[in-house]
Amino acid sequence: MKKRSDMGIPVESYELPNGLKVNLSEDHSVPIVAVNLWYHVGSANEKAGRTGFAHLFEHMLFQGSANVGVNEHFELIQRAGGTLNGSTWLERTNYYETVPSNHLGIALWLEADRMAALLPAMTQEKLDTQRDVVKNERRWTVENQPYGTMLEKLQEISFEPEHPFHHSLIGSMDDLTDASLDDVAEFFSTFYVPNNAVLTVCGDFDPTQALALILEYFGPIPRGKFPLSRPAMEVPALFGSGLHETVEDQVGLPRLFTVFRTPVFGTGGYYAASVCAAILGVRKGSRLYKSLVRGNRRASEVSAYTFDLAKGSDLLVLDVTANTGISGDEIIADVHQEIDRLRNDGITQGELDRAQTVIETDIVRALETAGERADRLSMFTTYFGDASLLNEQVSRYRQVTVDDIQKFADDYLTENNCRSLLYVPADSSGMFEGVS
Amino acid sequence: MKLLTIGRILLFLAASTYGTVHAQSSQKLDRSKPPEPGPPPKVTLPPIVTRQLANGLRLMIVEHHELPVADFVLVVGSGGTADPSDKPGVASLAAAMLREGTVSRNSLGIADQAAFLGVNLSSTSGWENSTISLHTTIAQLDSALALFADVTLNPTFPEKDFERVRKSRLTDLLQLRDQGPAIANIAFPAILYGSGHPYGAAQQGTEASVKALSTADLQSYYRTNYKPNNSTLIIVGDVTPAQIEQKIGSLFGGWKREDVPPVVYGAPPSPGPTTIYLIDKPGAAQSSFRIGMVGVPRSTKDYFALTVMNTILGGPFTSRLNQNLRETHGYTYGASSRFDMRRGPGPFTASAEIVAAKTSESLTEFLKELNGIREEVPAEELLKTKRYLQLQLPGNFETTGQIAAALVPVVLYGLPLDYFNGYVQNIERVTQADVRRVARQYLNPASLAIVIVGDRKLIEPGLRGLNVGGISLRDFAGQPVR
Repeated sequence: MKKRSDMGIPVESYELPNGLKVNLSEDHSVPIVAVNLWYHVGSANEKAGRTGFAHLFEHMLFQGSANVGVNEHFELIQRAGGTLNGSTWLERTNYYETVPSNHLGIALWLEADRMAALLPAMTQEKLDTQRDVVKNERRWTVENQPYGTMLEKLQEISFEPEHPFHHSLIGSMDDLTDASLDDVAEFFSTFYVPNNAVLTVCGDFDPTQALALILEYFGPIPRGKFPLSRPAMEVPALFGSGLHETVEDQVGLPRLFTVFRTPVFGTGGYYAASVCAAILGVRKGSRLYKSLVRGNRRASEVSAYTFDLAKGSDLLVLDVTANTGISGDEIIADVHQEIDRLRNDGITQGELDRAQTVIETDIVRALETAGERADRLSMFTTYFGDASLLNEQVSRYRQVTVDDIQKFADDYLTENNCRSLLYVPADSSGMFEGVS
Repeated sequence: MKLLTIGRILLFLAASTYGTVHAQSSQKLDRSKPPEPGPPPKVTLPPIVTRQLANGLRLMIVEHHELPVADFVLVVGSGGTADPSDKPGVASLAAAMLREGTVSRNSLGIADQAAFLGVNLSSTSGWENSTISLHTTIAQLDSALALFADVTLNPTFPEKDFERVRKSRLTDLLQLRDQGPAIANIAFPAILYGSGHPYGAAQQGTEASVKALSTADLQSYYRTNYKPNNSTLIIVGDVTPAQIEQKIGSLFGGWKREDVPPVVYGAPPSPGPTTIYLIDKPGAAQSSFRIGMVGVPRSTKDYFALTVMNTILGGPFTSRLNQNLRETHGYTYGASSRFDMRRGPGPFTASAEIVAAKTSESLTEFLKELNGIREEVPAEELLKTKRYLQLQLPGNFETTGQIAAALVPVVLYGLPLDYFNGYVQNIERVTQADVRRVARQYLNPASLAIVIVGDRKLIEPGLRGLNVGGISLRDFAGQPVR
């Protein structure tokens, strides 16, 4: 029996004359196929006064197109027993379906129809309804959630006001209200064009048949008429100055986000930053967990992660929630002590091994599903023009040495490259009594 | 990246049967209709092999050789319903404490070894069972299984670690108070089942119960319920039955059999007239809805008809509730419903997070759908729902972890080993009349518990104006407010 090795994911890549990039990755272990489409557009491409538009637009892509009725996209995929969705991020928007393998044609037809002819199906009524749905998404995920504003606050303190990553991904209520059908048309014609997209098919299919279908459905879609201008993203390597913001919110416990500007996704420095994050705050056995959750018990939860931004700069975030009765100042002191310790004393080979194994385990496990493999292949093509980079990821993390971490800490975990955001309970008179 | 020109593609395609046809048709492409799907792929669900050790431990083994990995899920047949009634949260904390220390490993030692081996090790409890799960590569199989067996068989429930886990649980419980949806999730079953039924208890415990628990309570729960004759080990992955039975036998063979007392509880309270239970959360931007009634046990003969009926009403994105409340009205980001079927009758719940200003309008729409499903569903809607349920099966068996998870209810509710092979046919048999019958039998709009957590000042007048039932003010735990 043929086995996929851990990272030996087969991939054949093509580019159509209209600029659409295509990845095909066969795997016949289960009779399903994943179709995944990345458009290289996200909230970074929004213009002033239209924050949240890229995401609202993602919702509109499920409202039908020239030959697809309202709801028909969901109907056709779900009656095939498939799953589907889309998501919006700072730099990209993705759409995906996983269907039984005999429904590959339908998934491709649906994606092609909305790329070819979305606008005939757009109406003011649909826009109004989806605007309300998105406002409810904002209420649910941002306003009615403790710490729900953390993503937009982190973007605010990490990027200058004129930088494309500064503004909110889900957008402001006012800007959502102002979005018009004209905006939909302009955004579509500019960004939702084959030369700004990557299509990946992963799973149980015949590559010859799949390529033929792709050519039939996507081949005739013309290139975009407008130039794909990319906003300037470059920023200095370091913040250059500290910044601290305190936010009063309806929360029970103080929670501190400590942010460092770090090298962008895909560079050598990125892998050092990512491994360093795992050493500091991924799972039990990480430094912050051992010293703050286990040691002095001043934190209830810790984690650490990178944003994985491919342009401008990436961010490394240490996320520490205080225990009851512990103040924000106390955890700020603790986190800084841990950073100093890492800078001054370095790390051990054992810590490095643990962090690399944890990262490798997570990658290998994620790649068990066709949908996730397809998404990551699309990502590497979108950002770097090379899907096969996916197969090098584990070794890139494995190549990081103890010295690399030391150098990274010396260069980046510095006072003038550190910003922080502290949530504190708005009603400090004590909605909750201390727990001891 | 290969750059393909049209000429090269035609050349390339000419070599295949499909190619020529498609390449020619692309000149005058008809986009107006979706393509017909080809013949459905043949779905073969993996055969299950069972074994039993002398101490009563059952093994349920599925060979899956795609990747050199394996998943192990030990299903212990006792969960939150086996909590002493005055000590909710025991099963859940006992499960959490298994990874906090054994006779030969301390808490960080367990975590460090799991990280070093690159394995995922977890332990949790549900209503009817507790589970210990392991995902490992085959290369680390022996060390990983030794760790897995150690936390299962030799936990010591150290006092010092329990204090930390207890404090963390209390913190979690406090944080839930900030969240409307979490408050609704706790209050709804408490209101529906009352304090005399285990399904009304808080599975994670309450502030009072967690504060009062001791490690002796957890040990007692463990000693009573974690027995081989009360357990099944699900094994899915790159193993063979003979090899894995031998390994499991040597690790778990010494686990002592002992009778486990059955969990006994009475019938849930009989339903009253439809009532709105309003929980005030001043300033809430959204109202959290949980609407429902006592449902059915997993053993119900109407399982398939209920599954189809609920899928139409509130299952996937295209269900009636979501289409109405989200896609037509934009009142919510999503609405759904479910039957939570357990050993006993778990709840039926319809839920959504609704923009505060549309609270009463949304309740009207919820009730419209709960009444509407009692009328005959169109044949086309029934058909698409059956296809949705039937065709998603292969996608649920993609990874070893997914297969292992799918087998948990087979273990827990004694489903036949060929359950999944009969699934497609059993769904196919459901008729329009069945759907209508089960909707009328199990959903009664005149006897609903409607729990709404929201800004009372803003939403109460509108709710009163609807006249759907009395309004009872409740606190965050679902208890009456004087």
